[in-house]
Amino acid sequence: MGDVLTVAWKEWRELLLLGGSLRGGRVSLIILLGVFGVFLPLQSGADWVTSPATMFYWGWLPLMLVAGAVADSFAGERERHTLETLLASRLPDRAILFGKIVAAVAYGWGIVMAMLLLSLVTVNLTARAGHLLLFPWRFAIGAPLLACLGAGLAATAGVLVSLRAATVRQAAQTLNVGILLLIFIPVLGARALPDAWKAQAGAWLMSVGMDGLLWTASVALLLLDALLLALAMARFQRSRLILD
Amino acid sequence: MAEAVIRTEKLSRVFDKVRAVDGLDLAVPAGIVFGFLGPNGAGKTTTIRLLLGLLDPSEGRATVLGFDTRHQASGVREKAGALLEHHGLYERLSAEDNLAFYARVWRMTASARRDRIRELLEPLGLWDRRSEAVSRWSRGMKQKLAVARALLHRPSLLFLDEPTAGLDPVAAATLRDDLGTLVSREGVTVFLTTHNLVEAERLCQQVAVIKQGRLLAVGHPDDLKARGATRAEIAGRGFTDATLALLRHQPGVARADMRNGRIVLELAESSETSPLVSLIVQSGCAVEEVRKDKGSLEDVFLTLMEEEQ
Repeated sequence: MGDVLTVAWKEWRELLLLGGSLRGGRVSLIILLGVFGVFLPLQSGADWVTSPATMFYWGWLPLMLVAGAVADSFAGERERHTLETLLASRLPDRAILFGKIVAAVAYGWGIVMAMLLLSLVTVNLTARAGHLLLFPWRFAIGAPLLACLGAGLAATAGVLVSLRAATVRQAAQTLNVGILLLIFIPVLGARALPDAWKAQAGAWLMSVGMDGLLWTASVALLLLDALLLALAMARFQRSRLILD
Repeated sequence: MAEAVIRTEKLSRVFDKVRAVDGLDLAVPAGIVFGFLGPNGAGKTTTIRLLLGLLDPSEGRATVLGFDTRHQASGVREKAGALLEHHGLYERLSAEDNLAFYARVWRMTASARRDRIRELLEPLGLWDRRSEAVSRWSRGMKQKLAVARALLHRPSLLFLDEPTAGLDPVAAATLRDDLGTLVSREGVTVFLTTHNLVEAERLCQQVAVIKQGRLLAVGHPDDLKARGATRAEIAGRGFTDATLALLRHQPGVARADMRNGRIVLELAESSETSPLVSLIVQSGCAVEEVRKDKGSLEDVFLTLMEEEQ
């Protein structure tokens, strides 16, 4: 575990410095927090806290955040000629792989948590509900869980892509296309379904309810995370990475 | 003879149809700087990758610090340090963060980390700039930092893959000096690949020469030089092709060439230069200076390369 955290420590240092300077990295974070923690909650008002649909919004937001960071994980090390030195160190294979995944998940999840808290403060300060507005318990559990699993999906997929990509740009492009497909295929696919199927799907959604939907989405994401992690572990071979 | 820290037996690595390393038999004793010389593409970097267990051999085997590189590669990497083809520094991070990361990798405590980083950076003149991002440093400074990183965990064996490649002569000389000082202070065995023969002559107690993956010669630099021909260099005026032709027909002259207006002769071991100088003077040329010595390591290297061709 110590080795995993060591790799994660290095990744976080680099992530904070992404963009060339510590200040540049911090500015990017402040902009993100400003948009999702202040601007959008201001527009939505109390609905931001009470609407159950926003919970699923926190599941895909980490995809964007993590994908940008994780594309660099192996492709960046390869591009900047630091990978071979890292592989020549005493670090075990799993520590390098898991360290990069943990760093990416913690980065995405941490930012989402900060956004959630900031948005709660924003809504309470501006909605003037007369009482303290809090997320419903389902939301308080579901949003962090989905954010974590969403970050895990982006991290494991990103590491897998980054392991194979020749450059960071190539890895980032592949990941962005993947995320777009992940978002648009269900939307467009749902529209193309026959009306009877749509009615059946709607009935199923009504029958499982919000709790059922949350657990179904969580299990599906968990399985997908596990599958991608297994593929990344199989792909990570020192000799292969050296020769790539 | 000290115990061998690196031992290879018929070590080979084939990429498609290319034999990058071909039946390499080596024994590197402990406590020396071992130079691994060869032209570009000779198989030097592949050999280091094989010795670090980053690549598996196609044939043969290697043991490094008592660990089999195929089955116990993690043991090798635990005990060895490496400065590979590229310096491998994280350029966005500061010098201190770069070293702190690798110190954590080698599980050094916080206080040991601080002390060791200072101990390594101060003699290299980098301590005062430790907080700067490495991207702002010169290539020479980066190479020094990479050497410090490789020595951080006090390895008993250090792999250096062409550490002065790409440096200007001043930076290369400074790094060589620092390297010599650090290596003797740390008492580490060094496996140094280079095609810089001056560097090898200055730093190495033993050298091996490879070409196209095959070992051509191994020994102390002086022993290798002794294998080469005696060399005479004659400075003067009026030298022509006819002078060279005349000299080439003399007994004991293996080779006569003109380099930078000087005649350079390769002589058999027992040959005298005075009859040759008399001959040059009689042919109407003026001789101003004659220097006779054993060939340099570079001469031996070039001869080996030519013989192999």
